[in-house]
Amino acid sequence: MNFDWLFFFEISLAGLGTGGLYALTGLAFVIIYKATRVVNLAIGDMLMIGAYLFFAFSAGMGLPLWIAIPAALLSMGAIGVLVERTIIRPMLGESPISSFMVTVGLSSVLVGLVELIWTADQRRLPEFLPTKPIQIGEAFLAPKIFYGFWVAVVLIVIVLLVFRFWRGGIALRATASDQGAAYSMGINVPRVFSLSWSLAAVIAGVAGIVVGAIGGISSSMGIFGLSVLVVVIFGGLDSVLGALVGGLLIGLIEAWTGTYLGGEYKLLATFSLLVLILLIRPYGLFGTHDIERL
Amino acid sequence: MRIGSAKQTYLADQALFDSTPQRAWFGVLLLALVAFPFMANEYWLYLACLVGLNIVSTTGLNLLTGYTGLVSLGQAAFMGLGAYTVAILQVRFGSPFLLNLLAGGIVAMLGGILVGLPSLRVKGLYLAIATIAAGFMTHFLFAHWASITGGNGGMTVPPAQLFGAELDTSFRLYWVIAPIMILMVFGAANLFRTRIGRAFIAIRDRDISAAVLGIPLMPYKLMSFAISSFYAGVAGGLFAYFFRVVTPESFPLLMSIFFLAAVIVGGMGTISGSIFGAIFMTLVPELLKLIVGWLPLGDNATLVLSPVRTIVFGSMIVLFLIFEPHGLAEIWRRIRRLFHLWPFRT
Repeated sequence: MNFDWLFFFEISLAGLGTGGLYALTGLAFVIIYKATRVVNLAIGDMLMIGAYLFFAFSAGMGLPLWIAIPAALLSMGAIGVLVERTIIRPMLGESPISSFMVTVGLSSVLVGLVELIWTADQRRLPEFLPTKPIQIGEAFLAPKIFYGFWVAVVLIVIVLLVFRFWRGGIALRATASDQGAAYSMGINVPRVFSLSWSLAAVIAGVAGIVVGAIGGISSSMGIFGLSVLVVVIFGGLDSVLGALVGGLLIGLIEAWTGTYLGGEYKLLATFSLLVLILLIRPYGLFGTHDIERL
Repeated sequence: MRIGSAKQTYLADQALFDSTPQRAWFGVLLLALVAFPFMANEYWLYLACLVGLNIVSTTGLNLLTGYTGLVSLGQAAFMGLGAYTVAILQVRFGSPFLLNLLAGGIVAMLGGILVGLPSLRVKGLYLAIATIAAGFMTHFLFAHWASITGGNGGMTVPPAQLFGAELDTSFRLYWVIAPIMILMVFGAANLFRTRIGRAFIAIRDRDISAAVLGIPLMPYKLMSFAISSFYAGVAGGLFAYFFRVVTPESFPLLMSIFFLAAVIVGGMGTISGSIFGAIFMTLVPELLKLIVGWLPLGDNATLVLSPVRTIVFGSMIVLFLIFEPHGLAEIWRRIRRLFHLWPFRT
């Protein structure tokens, strides 16, 4: 049988498109983990909330796009701060497992809220991405995935620049590398915690809007977050580079298995990969290997 | 006020019940359990059976999460393994009921050991995420190994047979579930009076120190996984006989979260906590059903119920972790203290 390279190329492009979104959401996860050392299982559900807020502002209230998107993102930022202040802050100093389980609870609350307000039915976001098919070489690509990918890339670049040059970004990095030292240099560490959560929530919100625009929104969108978990574990929980590489790679793998083996193999493939990675390199590809001292 | 219970031997210190009133109350409790099915109606018996199997599974998870400190979000997957094993044995071979349960437990136990393997290399949160993977893999197995599991449609399980009687009502199942539950809870309680149980606790408190003290981490962590998933498997087997139908969708991630919530709400690392947690978390949805039924919602009531339940589960976990990290067991202990010390205050 002749292997259809063009088809393979098209699928790979689509996979990279989704992978960009994985990378973006993975970035949100890594920001929270680096700054606060909280493993946020609710990242997929925060993404879902972002999409639903956009849905509420645009389709529900009939606001134009250029108001609806910033409004949704601003609310996401506020939600991020709210979550951090009300349920993450009290867990400071508790074992990491406790704060992890708090986010498990959070995720279940968010899913319940969405089902309560918008019901569990699948919905469509209003169209806002151009619909003209994109042609790369001879391969065709769905425009939504193409633009979604570029949205992800642009946002990732912005976030990286912010980390590099903005005062807040530097404070965030300082806190991540050494909390005590950051404190003694006059950095307001609790505020950095809030900042990281709201930043991550905004990023997740953008990802949510794009993911929703591609595949529609429903209360089971949080599944996306499970793939993101695989991404960050693959790349290393505290590695930005790992999230980016891992995102693209997992996107590709899911696209390939989804096409050649069937859609139901997608999660199986990613989770098998996850277990494999955990067995071989538990701290991920680029993660720091913690050395435990007594 | 109770004045001192001076313990003079290690045996007395380790005893499950350390005073005569405790033993007496336990006797009362047993009598109440025996009398219960004759007084309760069908609905309460149904709930009692459900609580019973949830207690078994929660106790199992508590062994792993509460006592050994290994967080697992795969409890539902292990229950699924147990339930499917029981269903397959019952449907295809019609083998005796207790044997099926045991087989269910053992299959789940093997699954648990397999999932526990990463725990040798990874700890804490990484492990929790790896156990999520277990849920997806078992779901895949149940849905796609159609020749044995019946695929997406699942399997219908005929009622269990015991001494020629068909266990087809809650009343009859109660007489099986309750003794099994008591046996397994006692097993767990006694486990922590032994070397193995103490090793688990040492690993939870600080695994490196435990290793330094000469506790080999690998066998003990795997053992903890094995015992915990054995409990889950037996609970799953009871689940199969109780609901009489198993499908791949019967054991979602939400169910694992339910058991984790039960452990947290009840109290991590206490046997009484598993019991309180399971009872509480099973009855809360029923209470919600009542409350939602009272509210003037009309036809929406059933629609609202499932999301409200999800929200309440989630907030339970969050609120208990923030305000009462030791759970209902701690509240219970405080109440008991109040009586012991009366008329003085703590």
